[in-house]
Amino acid sequence: MKVLMLDQAKCTGCRACEYACSFEHTGKFNPLDSRIKVNEFWEDLTFVPSVCLQCERAYCEEVCPTSALTKNPETGVVELNKEKCIGCKQCIVACPWGSIKLDHTGKEVIKCDNCGGDPACIKVCYPGALSYEEVEDITNVKVQETATRLKEIAKDLVKGGA
Amino acid sequence: MIKGGFKGKLLRVNLTTKEVKSEALNEEWAQKYLGGRGYGTRLLLEEIDPKIDPLSEENKVIFATGPLDGTLAPSSGRTMVITKGPLNGAIACSNAGGHFGPALKHTGYDMIVVEGKSAEPVYIWINKGKVEIRSAKEIWGKLADESDELIREQTHPLAETMTIGPAGEKLSRISSVMFNGHRASGRTGVGAAVGSKNLKGIAVRGNEDTPVADPEAFMKAIYKARDILSKDAFAGQGAAMLGTAMLVNVINGVGAFPTNNAQDAYFPEANKISGETLREKNLIRNEGCAECPIACGRVTVVKSGPYKGTIGGGPEYESVWSFGAMCGVSDLDAVISANHLCDKYGIDTISMGSTVACAMELYEKGYMPKEDAPFELRFGSAEAMLKAVELACKQEGDFGKLLAQGSYRLAEHYGHPELSMSAKKQEFPAYDPRGIKGMGLEYATSNRGACHVRGYGTAVEVLGDADQYAYEGKAALIKTLQDLTSALDSSGICLFTTFGLSANELAEMVSTATGFSIDAQEFMKIGERIWNIEKLFNLKAGFTRKDDTLPPRILNEPIKTGPSKGHVEDLGKMLDEYYQLRGWDKDSVPTDEKLKELEVQILK
Repeated sequence: MKVLMLDQAKCTGCRACEYACSFEHTGKFNPLDSRIKVNEFWEDLTFVPSVCLQCERAYCEEVCPTSALTKNPETGVVELNKEKCIGCKQCIVACPWGSIKLDHTGKEVIKCDNCGGDPACIKVCYPGALSYEEVEDITNVKVQETATRLKEIAKDLVKGGA
Repeated sequence: MIKGGFKGKLLRVNLTTKEVKSEALNEEWAQKYLGGRGYGTRLLLEEIDPKIDPLSEENKVIFATGPLDGTLAPSSGRTMVITKGPLNGAIACSNAGGHFGPALKHTGYDMIVVEGKSAEPVYIWINKGKVEIRSAKEIWGKLADESDELIREQTHPLAETMTIGPAGEKLSRISSVMFNGHRASGRTGVGAAVGSKNLKGIAVRGNEDTPVADPEAFMKAIYKARDILSKDAFAGQGAAMLGTAMLVNVINGVGAFPTNNAQDAYFPEANKISGETLREKNLIRNEGCAECPIACGRVTVVKSGPYKGTIGGGPEYESVWSFGAMCGVSDLDAVISANHLCDKYGIDTISMGSTVACAMELYEKGYMPKEDAPFELRFGSAEAMLKAVELACKQEGDFGKLLAQGSYRLAEHYGHPELSMSAKKQEFPAYDPRGIKGMGLEYATSNRGACHVRGYGTAVEVLGDADQYAYEGKAALIKTLQDLTSALDSSGICLFTTFGLSANELAEMVSTATGFSIDAQEFMKIGERIWNIEKLFNLKAGFTRKDDTLPPRILNEPIKTGPSKGHVEDLGKMLDEYYQLRGWDKDSVPTDEKLKELEVQILK
């Protein structure tokens, strides 16, 4: 199974992901229709992307009165069935992350669906702040980075011991 | 009928009468000049007398987007500021990245035309098409980034802003306009044009989409463009890794890095201020403007010294040079501090550093009374450089006020205008024309005064295949690049995309976005048309052939050391050929045939 990974340290704040997401879902360019949002902290020029985390215990699913939201056990994605959605917005209230929202018309609930397994946002993220990876690989890079540092320390330790 | 790219509306705000009105975009102009720089210049030609004082109420300031702003086109976050330039009275157009342009598009307007002059400081708040003119009394006097924060507090936390700093308020002729508190429309003194209207800022926030004429073909074109850019050595790799400052070692390495007010063109200590050193010592992260796959923007911190802890954007290559080599300074922390300071006060880093360098030479040569400067202004002194920048930013004392008007007025004041390294009173940037011949022609003929972004010849002469010392072919090269850049600047995307993209890809993006049938040839013709109407503006403003020149030093004094030792620039060799290629007469006036060919004879 693959998951969408965020690495805020690499985000440059360009927001291409928002435009790619908007276009993928609506055929138009409107950041308000994007399921992913880049948050900006201008005081120190820090950028943090946020997107639906597809919670294991999904409050949005629990609170939905019409079962329009259901977690797909195979993909891990909490899917929104537009036909069943009555627009009550309870899911928006329940989501702890603000990851379910209304589109720019204020009438339609929208959420990240990983583009059905081929996320548009990662295709335009050149710095690699967004990636779509197999669960067993998601922390590989970080583990490798730590291991590389430990390797250097180990080398020094050997020198000291010799 | 406009099918896409444009929203089809422009907003007029008259600060004298407080009248706000929305009007339809002129479709014929959109087709002939695109948006941004082209449309803005056409509008100014229609609506102002090119002879007016740029700081008078009659001048207008246009904030314009192009058809690619607000789409997923690569690097499409440019906002153009078009006005009669306060620094030299020529047609001014200065652009910045960031996110203001796309956000303006989402409010439903392609551009804002600011007219008149407010009696009190104000800012403009455009919220989903609704426009308010609000008091800026409490914000006046604040730094550009503080103003950004205050305006967002008073409007919407996610608003995108344009603000000026104290330099623009005090009408410094080298002041800039800042977007998102840290992205600068630096050149030509546009900050003073905004300040002269008592306008502190503009905040925008919208909810509309940006339509494109043929979404499927457009997405194909932009994915192709993004792919080309990601594979380019400069745009895809170098600039992301080292920022534009990667050029420090490259340009110094070919002996074209103006040093000590261009008394030389080789800086032995360049490595101390290089992109590599910046990355190692000061870089926090990269920053990208809207939709930009390049992300050449730097976020840097000063880790020690008197400015320890300052975090800010930049410095770009040009700023590293102007505060560094041009002043003989090799202390990168001081360079970064000067850059951050200029961004906060809203002052152009290229002109500022070069003005300090000019002051240093005047001081060292004894051309100014030593008591005029409150400290020893010697080349190589980081402390003196920073102090001088601070004086100019704050406009402290007569000397500070003088420095804030740029090198030409400073040097003229002391009777030595030849020591100002400028063309049409605007300081030239970090490429010495004696070592890169085409750049001299570019500086001399640039309609807004010396600059490097009106056709980036260095891309071909140093980073490409051309011979940097050859004169042959340079007139044609510069003309082509100037035309290309004019059209590109009017489309809403960044000049850096031209490192990978040709007119073919650019035309493809613009035509699929707008629905206009524009191929590479038509794209270049649009560019040539824009270049010519800018020239017409300048001719009407009183500029002539004699203004198309360079400082005597560049033409007469050979470079002393480094790889380009012994070279001077022979502008005459290229200038006549250039006018001929342009279809202009010997006095640089476009011929009737040329104007007819470009369908602009009515503007003569």
